[in-house]
Amino acid sequence: MTNEKTRDIVLIALFAAIMAVLGVFPPITLPLVGVPITAQSLGVMLAGGILGARRGALAMVLFLVLVAAGLPLLSGGRGGFAVFLGPSGGFLVGWIVAAFVVGLMVERFWPRLGHVNAFAACVFGGIVVLYAIGIPWIAFAAEISIAQAFVGSMPFVPGDVIKAVIAATVIVTVARSYPVIVSR
Amino acid sequence: MLTSDYVPGDSAVHRARPLIKVGLLFVFCTWLFLQEGWLSLSVAGMALAALLAVARIPPRMVFAAVRPALWVLGLIFLAQLFLADWRFAGFVVLRFAVMILAASLLTLTTRTSDLVEAIEGALSQFLPQRSAEAISLALSLCLRFIPRVRDIFDEVKNAQRARGLGTSWRALVTPTIVRALKSADEIARAIVARSPGPADGPAMPDGRHVR
Repeated sequence: MTNEKTRDIVLIALFAAIMAVLGVFPPITLPLVGVPITAQSLGVMLAGGILGARRGALAMVLFLVLVAAGLPLLSGGRGGFAVFLGPSGGFLVGWIVAAFVVGLMVERFWPRLGHVNAFAACVFGGIVVLYAIGIPWIAFAAEISIAQAFVGSMPFVPGDVIKAVIAATVIVTVARSYPVIVSR
Repeated sequence: MLTSDYVPGDSAVHRARPLIKVGLLFVFCTWLFLQEGWLSLSVAGMALAALLAVARIPPRMVFAAVRPALWVLGLIFLAQLFLADWRFAGFVVLRFAVMILAASLLTLTTRTSDLVEAIEGALSQFLPQRSAEAISLALSLCLRFIPRVRDIFDEVKNAQRARGLGTSWRALVTPTIVRALKSADEIARAIVARSPGPADGPAMPDGRHVR
């Protein structure tokens, strides 16, 4: 194993662990919308934005393997194979692609990474792409139309936008103080 | 935090090989969608009830498995009540419940370590040995990192409180991540320094040297 590869493995394991720790935070309920928002989708944006596309996506794969193996690492102490077959299963699998897309965009923006484009990466990868995977699964399994599933998922968007704002600041600060993605 | 809901036992369900259970779960759920109807759902429900009985899963655990999904299932039921009728609404929600219970049966009757071992074993059949070793390393490192990250977070939180800063998300997350990254690089260096085999120099990819 080369040094580079060892470091990749350690960083992937670290962000999978960060996901688990974020799951311990109690969900915050938004005052106006009344929907619980959890800290874990923040971890998805951070993994992609800090580690880059490939390592960010692999961190999600590793985390989801541990969840599937039965560890109660999702927020609210959920875990086990069942969560993938429940209504929000598509969103969990979507985390892998979401982290990849956030990472890809942050890599592209890297030489001139700022709050605005980091926020754009988090919104596109962590919200648009994620919902594009999560919504069809709800629609399919709950036998409703895509439009109805879309409307039903909208209450979660304000919380996710707040998380994208937080993630963008963290990604930019970490990129300046301890950069992990190397400019390409 | 790291204990799964494993119910110890010695039933046929417990003894079945983990990957066979995963495969059967996949077939079971696919069949539920292909053969859509009350007949297939009742057959599946009865088969599942029989397996739960064979594995001696207490009813309390059966309910606990469905509980986290209850409010979403309630919403879906209401939506279908409007869109279709109560019969179809019941069907969709019951199918979810059966799938969730089937998957929980796998978790309740399989030790996490056995499942992880089975996944590693299956992967090593298809992947070269080095990749399989990399996967085992990642899995064990992750479990090792979870308490470490939590400690770092608590330290950062206490430090911020001592300096009179409130608990703002940004003030907590950034220092936690930077310290966790530093700690991870130290561990990467330690692994490289201790691992046998062809080393490609003492420097880390970021140019710093092993202390």
